[in-house]
Amino acid sequence: MFQIRCPYCGPRDEPEFKYGGQAHVAYPADPEALSDEEWARFLFFRDNSKGRYAERWNHAAGCRRWFNVVRDTGTHELVGSYRVGEQPEAAR
Amino acid sequence: MADRTAPLAAMEDRIAAAAFPGAALAAVPFVAQVGIRLDPAGPAAARVAEALGLPLPEANRVSASGGRRALWLGPDEWLVVAADGEERALVGILEDAIGADGAVVDLSANRTGLELSGPLSRDVLATCCSLDLHPRAFGPGRCAQTLVQKAGVLIEQRDADTFLLLVRPSFAAYVAEWLVDGMAGLAADLAAV
Amino acid sequence: MRRLPDRGRVDHDQRVAFSWDGRAVEGLRGDTLASALLASGVLVLGSSVLMSRPRGIVGDGVTDPHAFAQVGAGDRTEPLMRMHEVEAHDGLVAESRLHQGILPTGPDPDRFEKRHAHADVVVAGAGPAGLAAALAAAEQGARVILADDHPQLGGSLLGEELLLDDRPAHEWARHVEDALRAHPDVLVLPRTTVVNVGDQGAVALVERVSEHVAPEHRHGRALRRLWQVRTRELVVATGATERSLVFADNDRPGVMLAGGVRGLLHRYGLVPERCVVFTANDSAYRTAIDLVGAGVEVPCVVDVRPDPTGPLAERARALGIAVRAASAVIGTDGDAEGALAGVRVVALDGGAEEVVACDVLAVSGGWDPLMDLHHHVGGRARWDAERLCFVPDGTVPGVHLAGSAAGVFGTEACRRDGHLVGLVAAEATGHGSAADGPDAPAARDAAEAPPADFVVTPGTDPVHAFVDQHRDVTIAGVERALGSGIRHVEHLKRYTLVGTGTEQGRTAKVNAGRMAADRFALPFAEVGVSNARPPAQPVTFGALAGRALGERFDPVRTTSIHPWHVAHGAVFEDVGQWKRPWYFPQAGEDMDAAVLRECRAVREGVGMMDASTLGKIDVKGADAGEFLDRLYTGVMSTLKPGRARYGVMCKADGMVMDDGVVLRLAEDRFLATTTTGGAAGVLDWMEDFLQTEWPDLDVWLTSVTEQWATVAIVGPKAREVMAALAPQLDVRQDAFKFMQLEEAVVAGIEARVARISFSGELAFEISVPMTWGLALWEAVFAAGQPFGITPYGTESMHVLRAEKGYFIVGQETDGTVTPLDLGLDWMVADKEFVGRRSLRRSDMLRDDRKQLVGILPAERLPEGAQLVDDADFEIPVPMIGHVTSSYDSAALGRPFGLALVRRGRDRIGETIYAPLQHGTVAVEIVDPVLFDQEGARRDG
Repeated sequence: MFQIRCPYCGPRDEPEFKYGGQAHVAYPADPEALSDEEWARFLFFRDNSKGRYAERWNHAAGCRRWFNVVRDTGTHELVGSYRVGEQPEAAR
Repeated sequence: MADRTAPLAAMEDRIAAAAFPGAALAAVPFVAQVGIRLDPAGPAAARVAEALGLPLPEANRVSASGGRRALWLGPDEWLVVAADGEERALVGILEDAIGADGAVVDLSANRTGLELSGPLSRDVLATCCSLDLHPRAFGPGRCAQTLVQKAGVLIEQRDADTFLLLVRPSFAAYVAEWLVDGMAGLAADLAAV
Repeated sequence: MRRLPDRGRVDHDQRVAFSWDGRAVEGLRGDTLASALLASGVLVLGSSVLMSRPRGIVGDGVTDPHAFAQVGAGDRTEPLMRMHEVEAHDGLVAESRLHQGILPTGPDPDRFEKRHAHADVVVAGAGPAGLAAALAAAEQGARVILADDHPQLGGSLLGEELLLDDRPAHEWARHVEDALRAHPDVLVLPRTTVVNVGDQGAVALVERVSEHVAPEHRHGRALRRLWQVRTRELVVATGATERSLVFADNDRPGVMLAGGVRGLLHRYGLVPERCVVFTANDSAYRTAIDLVGAGVEVPCVVDVRPDPTGPLAERARALGIAVRAASAVIGTDGDAEGALAGVRVVALDGGAEEVVACDVLAVSGGWDPLMDLHHHVGGRARWDAERLCFVPDGTVPGVHLAGSAAGVFGTEACRRDGHLVGLVAAEATGHGSAADGPDAPAARDAAEAPPADFVVTPGTDPVHAFVDQHRDVTIAGVERALGSGIRHVEHLKRYTLVGTGTEQGRTAKVNAGRMAADRFALPFAEVGVSNARPPAQPVTFGALAGRALGERFDPVRTTSIHPWHVAHGAVFEDVGQWKRPWYFPQAGEDMDAAVLRECRAVREGVGMMDASTLGKIDVKGADAGEFLDRLYTGVMSTLKPGRARYGVMCKADGMVMDDGVVLRLAEDRFLATTTTGGAAGVLDWMEDFLQTEWPDLDVWLTSVTEQWATVAIVGPKAREVMAALAPQLDVRQDAFKFMQLEEAVVAGIEARVARISFSGELAFEISVPMTWGLALWEAVFAAGQPFGITPYGTESMHVLRAEKGYFIVGQETDGTVTPLDLGLDWMVADKEFVGRRSLRRSDMLRDDRKQLVGILPAERLPEGAQLVDDADFEIPVPMIGHVTSSYDSAALGRPFGLALVRRGRDRIGETIYAPLQHGTVAVEIVDPVLFDQEGARRDG
């Protein structure tokens, strides 16, 4: 069971959180301007890489904030957490 | 006209009977609770603090003054707690203070209270809650939203060995069952020593 | 074996009586099941798993390959209990079942608990290294948990006769235990095994709380407790285990591990009559020395090494013990029972076998650091050709190894290592500095002579020489596997079962790996051993379940009105975690009759239902309308305060996610209702967009689901009931219109009243604070009496809405259905909203998508029934849709339903078919709205 550091509440056990998939995938600003293929890429395509991966978590049972986590998908090391609006380099 | 009903009315006897030398549990059925959402860096924060007569606390903390307490719920969310019946006045004061710069919501019926006290109260919580409540990590004046097993709770430490748990009424019996059961296990351990 | 009256850590004056295989056996307080049986002359425990050979106790620790028994009676019975861990006590019931136990069939009468704990440093194992590590870390100020399998702390110090600082080592252990127990932030857990290490310091420990007393003396205490510890650092000080040597009939009862024989002497005062020692290293000489010291005859030590010269060998010789160098045991002889009667010794340079009579052979093939917990977190090991064992190859962050688990041998060396590791672990948690910490105690252990690299006695009969005694794997078995082409130890494991089973090959798998290396002439370091996987010891399911049983298994959520429903005989339906009244049967009614009656009452008179479970989200702020416009397919910003509008939300893929009525409470405040099951998900979804996509919007969300109880009054006579309840409220149609809301005092309670209908009938939904819900319900019930008000449940609600063609999220939708598929074109506004772009993806524009239609079948169909085009068909047949809802209707006087059918809206009036088990049923496709198509009834 992971222990995830909520950037607001501190470290908590995984059941308090909800997973939100890959981070830094913004909802397109003008969806109508996208082709079917571009839209499908946004909807259905995500990275599935081994190593450091930026992903979204929601502290559902705590402060209800969404934030980002850098996790190593090979080792399960949680490198750090950072707030929405920050970049993965800010993870701690 | 009928009266309000206490969410844990059906469990009152069992809650009382769970008491042992290590801990006691009591339902606190009605607590005035008002939710505040505002930007702590915005103009409303200071107005609210002044109107309440207490500062809006930092993360995981509680501020208290004159029978009112403000519990931190999130970076822009607090819960003001006071004696049953004060909710109407509190909503008025807070709405005036916040104006258009946030939200005030009466949540007095949205959670009910369970007070756990006694020298083993931390151990009772450790049977069903993974939060670190050791004095080095928690303590009086601290609060946290966390889980008792599958139920969300807001835990406030009131003094060295007293905790107030604020729980959604539909989860209150489930949470009380876990606490009562944890108390039974610890009572059996205590008797065996 | 024989008990010496003055030896061991048992209480020679306290006898305990228990049952073994149905007969009465006695032991002493402090005995384990294994030691008590040995003292009672039980040498043969039973037969082996495959070959039915007699097997006995091999050691004194938890890595014994045979010492497993069935323990407990009735529903308390447990299989494969470790006999060296089961404490002998009055009333213990145990049975010989080495390899295949019996599972109880009834509910477990015992209590299993879980406990959460947090630590800076967890120390696994309380031998010299673990005790020193725990003490060092505690004295630096760290929060420490020290766990050990045994009832007493000390580990190997209790099973040996050792000195520390020239004092008996067990006295030092006692002194350290006292010091640890005096620390307020140290938790000492005897009888506790660390079974697993997970991510971020999640460590699982199993404590045997009251297993050592009879059930009638447990008095409500847990049998076992699973500790779920979150620690920052873990010190693995689990010691080392001894491995055996391989020779013919090495599995005979009486062939034991040399350390185990010492342990039986020092822990329990048990000795053989005549004991031969067979070794490839120095440590087994202690067995000979200690036994002779206890007055036991030791005819010889058989040492495979050509010239054993270490201090221990010298001491043995000085005691007059014969040392047969460059020799080995090649086989054993048995008595009538199959137990050991003598060993056959050969010189390794040839010569005749010589039989030496003995009842115990104490064997040592070497010591293997026990590093399971290190392996659990991905820690690696390397073969050390000098120490002849695997040692840790680096460490994983946060997991330290100390003492013999790290390949450090020697009691004082282990203590010193433990102390140093304890300081490092404490420093890693911010407590003290390892460099400036208290000085480490000296390590003055006498040097030992190098061990010999020896596994199999040359010339051994391969068919009767066991590599893995637990799984009955012989040399012949291993060779057959290797001969068949197996090259990898993991394959060898699966083919032969070496290293599997309850014992997990702790005494066997190094030998098996070395045999493979020999066979292929590869360095052993390249071949290695099969991996250790969690848990380190088997864990009962009861301990994993803990107290999450019965009412604690899952929250059962109820509204404040629930006691009334119970008192009035409601049958309940699970909706997510909620219990909702399904229907309210009256005397003699089955479900169908009750639902027909309830529906008729709503259509012809008035009904009432508890709608409190619907999700409710308070949406406040200057941009609240804009925010809702972006999430719902419809427009909410144009709603006037005091009015309500129905809305549907899609996921980004355009599929319907949730629906509900949105009420505008004020210019800057809305109340969005959600489905009962969708409440939490919708709030998270809304917060997601607000926090991550549109942080510039001035919107604040608060869940108010449980702040409000809601009672719906529904039916042509609802207005009369409402008027009776709220005399000040103008309920006339002109004053209080459909989709309008009013603040009012209802039955003396301040309430919000809305004209919302999910049945097509005139309806008022009254909301009051949850604590007032029951009072309101009772007042509505009383006020409705003159009109015959009928409480109804979710089933009638479903029938009533289906008659109107209203879909239910999760019933008509399943994540593949768009608003357009549901015929909600009129609700999809021409503006951007989440998921809108998906609605014109090519797949959404296909003209053969399944669409929501009403159906009139010849008989009531099961929900989920597939639909086909023709009555006469051959399998396989294209399925063109399925039934999503199906009921009997009081209003229509016939069965009906809703279905998703390909091109359904173009096929209204056509007949399709539902093939069922008993025959094919004709189904007419109709408009989904089957009742009151003009919508004339909603205003009463």
